[in-house]
Amino acid sequence: MTQKVLIKGNKAIAQAAINVGLECYFGYPITPQNEIGEFMSDEMPKLGRTYISAESELAAVNMLIGAASTGTLAMTSSSSCAIALMQEAISAMATAEIPGVIISVMRAGPGLGNITPSQGDYFQATKGGGNGDYRTIVLAPSSISEAVELTYKTFYLAFKYRNPAMLLADGMIGQMMEPVELKPFDLKIPDSSDWEADGVGEGANKRPFRKLVSLHMQGDDLPKLNAKLQSKYNQIQMNEVMYEEFMTEDADILITAFGTVARVAKSVVTEARKTGLKVGLFRPITVWPFPSNELKEAAAGKKVLLDIELNEGQMLLDVKAAIDGVCPVELISKLGGEIVKAHEIMEKIIELSKKYSSQKAGAVC
Amino acid sequence: MNTNSEKHIIIAGFGGQGVLFLGTTLAEAAIIEGKNTTWMPSYGAEMRGGSANCFVVISDGEIPSPLFDEADYGVFLSKAAINKFENTISKNGLAIVNSSMIGERAFRSDIEYVLEPLSDLAAHSKEKMLLNIMALGLLIRKTSILTKESVIKALTKVSSAKKPEFLKFNLESFEAGYNLIKSTSLDNKALERAVC
Repeated sequence: MTQKVLIKGNKAIAQAAINVGLECYFGYPITPQNEIGEFMSDEMPKLGRTYISAESELAAVNMLIGAASTGTLAMTSSSSCAIALMQEAISAMATAEIPGVIISVMRAGPGLGNITPSQGDYFQATKGGGNGDYRTIVLAPSSISEAVELTYKTFYLAFKYRNPAMLLADGMIGQMMEPVELKPFDLKIPDSSDWEADGVGEGANKRPFRKLVSLHMQGDDLPKLNAKLQSKYNQIQMNEVMYEEFMTEDADILITAFGTVARVAKSVVTEARKTGLKVGLFRPITVWPFPSNELKEAAAGKKVLLDIELNEGQMLLDVKAAIDGVCPVELISKLGGEIVKAHEIMEKIIELSKKYSSQKAGAVC
Repeated sequence: MNTNSEKHIIIAGFGGQGVLFLGTTLAEAAIIEGKNTTWMPSYGAEMRGGSANCFVVISDGEIPSPLFDEADYGVFLSKAAINKFENTISKNGLAIVNSSMIGERAFRSDIEYVLEPLSDLAAHSKEKMLLNIMALGLLIRKTSILTKESVIKALTKVSSAKKPEFLKFNLESFEAGYNLIKSTSLDNKALERAVC
């Protein structure tokens, strides 16, 4: 067993990417993810790997396109308003099926906002600011240990599906330190030799040069490509959802929360149970693909679902679509860098337990 | 005060005083004792001389959030620090205060203060003394959050990793702080009279 080390979330994520075998890191500074670039600038050159301090976020993400299109393990990291600058490139990567990895450490918005922790980029990550019918695989850790595991998984899924993939953390994960067991990378990155742009073609081995492009002007190329992508997204939806259920089975009140909010919610579930209140937690780990079927099943028969987010209720749309009215839905929302406190959740639970006490479980609102 | 095993500690001062280092040492000591811990700094455009603080949680159980509204213990190394965070100390909590820097002020009657002129002690000591580590010694002497032994181990680990030449000064400063206690549970009148 490896020993637990006290490490900052940003550094743990960077170390995890290095453990995967990251060959190229491209980045431009922005708080609260700066320690990722700082760590990479120290460690990558020592390993004979590439660290580039890009001239802008736009440059960084386009370097990512270039590197990842050759089957190279590459990533960039940034935050909110600067991830916004990368959206066109993420759509391009999805279209050209390039496995670029993006680490997004959310700060509070909108606009430049401020540097405090937030979950305001759920839409940006899961729905995308880029154009067209594309999807980004998005994983949301709630602890630093999990951030390490999910960084591994993000690279793995990016290559398994040849799709951009994102680790969606918030400023709290990035900035805090907690004890972490830095487990070694235990997945195998799927082989890229049959698709990567390897610069070989036409002459000696008689195959055309490989081109990974996002412009499809000929005939029905684009409808066909879209059909292929949608089929791939369906596969991802079927095979890759990850979630955690905590005391959900006999719960009257089901909480949904992701990321760091879920750890606060989990402590409240434990406290509420001590007072006889039947509360459970459903935590999506992949926020895309969203665990829709699993949540609907968990929500069936509950008196009420309480969604808690550090935004105006962005995941709430996916929650409502998933449960399709099987129970009423309530929301705790914190905006602009405010965090949600355990006692606030507890007060809401007590209020809801009274409000819905006479309600027959599972009654449609 | 938290009645359960989870303890909240806030350490505040200005950049250059070793506020984050003090917090890191506490967190490392908590790991040595097999406890859970989180360390959360103020972050952003921080600089030497600007305000600095960190929140440390130590617990036997899982820690829900690294941030908190109420602290069990505070270590305040500057006037701005005590002004900003004194009211976050919960009733019957403890404040370790660098009295060299706070000037004359009123004190709360529902928490305990340990006032020591740490900056002056550091400046006038024959040996090189570090005020943050003296404050750590005071904190460990006054509370039972962590044992002296594990904090010394943590201090050795953290110093060796960052600046091995400081290890000797760190250990001596810790001992000096640990043996410094003279003022406990000052009553209000005594506090009012205290010229800092």
